[in-house]
Amino acid sequence: MSRRKLTRRQFVAATALSSAALITAPYVRSAHAAGKLTMGFWDHWVPGANKASTDLVNEWAEKEKVEVSIDYITSQGNKNLLTIAAEAQAKSGHDILAIPTWWAHANSELLEPVNDIMGPIIAENGEVNDTVKYLGQSEGKWLGVPATIGSQIKGPCTRIDLMKKYAGIDVQEMYPAGSPPKADNWTLDTFLKAAEACQKGGFPFGIGLGETTDSVDTCGAIFQSFGAQLVDAKGNLTVKTDAVRQALDYYKKLIAFLPPDVAAWDDASNNKWLVSGRGALIMNPPSAWAVAKRDAPQVAEQCWTHGFPAGPKGRFAPFLPYFWSTWSFSRNKEAAKSLLVHLSKPASIEKMVVASGGYDLPSFQKLTTLKVWAEEGPPKGTLYHYPNPYNHQTLSIATSPAPPKVAQQIYAQATLTKMCLRYYQGETMERTLAWAEGECEGFMRT
Amino acid sequence: MADVAFQQGRVAGIGSKRKRSSLRAALKRKSAAAFLMTLPLILLISILVLYPAFYSLHLATLNKSMSRFVGLGNFEFLFKRETFWLVVRQSCIFAISAVIFKALIGFIVAHFVHNVPAKGQRKWRGMLLVPWVIPPAMSTLAWLWLFDPSYSAFNYTLSFFGIGPIAWTGDPDWARFSVILVNVWYGAPFFMIMYLASLKSVPEQLYEAAAIDGANWWQRIWYVTLPMMRNIIAITTLFSLIVTFANFDIVRILTAGGPLDHTHIFATWAFRVGIEGSDIPLGASVSLFMVPILAIAAIFILRDVNKRGNEA
Repeated sequence: MSRRKLTRRQFVAATALSSAALITAPYVRSAHAAGKLTMGFWDHWVPGANKASTDLVNEWAEKEKVEVSIDYITSQGNKNLLTIAAEAQAKSGHDILAIPTWWAHANSELLEPVNDIMGPIIAENGEVNDTVKYLGQSEGKWLGVPATIGSQIKGPCTRIDLMKKYAGIDVQEMYPAGSPPKADNWTLDTFLKAAEACQKGGFPFGIGLGETTDSVDTCGAIFQSFGAQLVDAKGNLTVKTDAVRQALDYYKKLIAFLPPDVAAWDDASNNKWLVSGRGALIMNPPSAWAVAKRDAPQVAEQCWTHGFPAGPKGRFAPFLPYFWSTWSFSRNKEAAKSLLVHLSKPASIEKMVVASGGYDLPSFQKLTTLKVWAEEGPPKGTLYHYPNPYNHQTLSIATSPAPPKVAQQIYAQATLTKMCLRYYQGETMERTLAWAEGECEGFMRT
Repeated sequence: MADVAFQQGRVAGIGSKRKRSSLRAALKRKSAAAFLMTLPLILLISILVLYPAFYSLHLATLNKSMSRFVGLGNFEFLFKRETFWLVVRQSCIFAISAVIFKALIGFIVAHFVHNVPAKGQRKWRGMLLVPWVIPPAMSTLAWLWLFDPSYSAFNYTLSFFGIGPIAWTGDPDWARFSVILVNVWYGAPFFMIMYLASLKSVPEQLYEAAAIDGANWWQRIWYVTLPMMRNIIAITTLFSLIVTFANFDIVRILTAGGPLDHTHIFATWAFRVGIEGSDIPLGASVSLFMVPILAIAAIFILRDVNKRGNEA
């Protein structure tokens, strides 16, 4: 086989020619000139809701010439939490990832600060509530942009007819569609009386006392209504206080009026309780109502989502925000931030809320009065008070204001519901408090 | 000098020739071929089993934020926790009672199947294996509906007899019973099929000799069947004990560890602490706690099996 020899002169000439060609060639912007971006979004349970986010991302990608790929990751079986843990360990993964509640703080060292885009987003959409700041900010650093998709308030969803019949309470009058609540008498005492009346009528309130989030969230809001905290904001143990004792006493009375099997309830149990027509009230976002619309329309048309009852220290409702965060090891942070700004535009947010049938909640003050909540039904206006349009209640998360990494442990281990159950099942108050104090001490480890 | 140089060259030449021929001989050896053929599997196991195992050991020595080496500090912390000892106790109750019942049921059913005429035996074997071949995550979902707190099919049936309702997953004792029951239902067919294979290998002459000596049914089992099955019983028990201690799906789906942590076992609690509580090093420590105990048990059981094998 003969081989043609390249002389030194020829080599220099070829190099010079190709360099010149490269330098002088016109820049051709290809379809994906700005690189690639991968996203891991929460897989919505509402059929078709993912399409809204896909369309918004594609619309942005088209404009910015970025190649995008979206994975919709389910929260069934905590698949999303496993993905977060795996990506954090591998230091590799999606450029944008939907991160629920506590997981922003849990991975704070690995998340890219987004202060530069949060300022303009807040300026456009309005301030965020304190729970969003508590969960999304660490030492002044925003760990993610509050995501509309998946964020929710877990307030009461009440059967209008049963509440009126057994407890004499007209929830539509208390929380009228289109106008501010007239709920001054909607207190924890009223709530307890209503629970008793409905239980006697054969339709107990469906409030779980298991170890999943629905049970913990309700318990947390009631504890906060009494000012009860297991650990305060500075990280001090505050288990053995009068407020905690009052909250436990209240829960002991309440459990007596709940279904006997609530200790085994998971996040699906309360939904089934409402849809099957066996209960007068549950604490849930409108997902149970949406399922009832499909499976039991006669139940759905009697449902009304409204505010929490007030306790001695205020009216608190559980708010669980999602965040869209970018890893510090992401390869395309600038494009990620640009997309997050696009997804946080009021028009984009409205599209997502509409696609979810009003389930998804924006975290921003100016966006709690969208048309969709006033129009959804039946009955029309059933979701009007769902986004807390009049700031009638304080949106909070169970176990706050403890430092988030400690609070996450108290929340994940369902210490609050366990305390209530132990005390209800006959353990002494002091023994229950001592047990909880021991648990919280353990959660403080660094 | 020349002699020495000559000698050296000769030795080196002979050495390289020997090396080549010994390499060829080694490759021709059956054991070398077997090693080469299993090499892909060894590599696969190294990547999928050994690496994660050593990685979890490494994780278990870190602090909560995974920034500092703490040695055995996580275990020291765990030993002081009330819930941890509750989990240890429950894991032992769960694994030991489930394995005993699986072995007992497997042994009894294997005898029944063994006595079924050969013609119909295949159908029975197939049907009895069904629980074991269905993925446990799926079958446990069906059990979850049977035990559902509010709509239990069992409670519905029992109500016709004026019994219940029983809080299958709401009461700590019933919840423990439920998770053990499902584990036994799932695992007994494995014991059954292993024992059946073992029963079939017991020589018929031994039973005939025992019958001539006047041995009754119980004596035949005690002096013939059981000694002949000892090795298989030991191995299946060990295998099942390890798998049951590491169980996750049944408890996770049925009770998620509740009520009041009374059904948590190592894997479910490790998940709760490590993934749901974002304390991965502590979760790794929980899941590694049983490794030395099970390793020692495995050494003793396997040594015993080996000894009996040599005696035979």
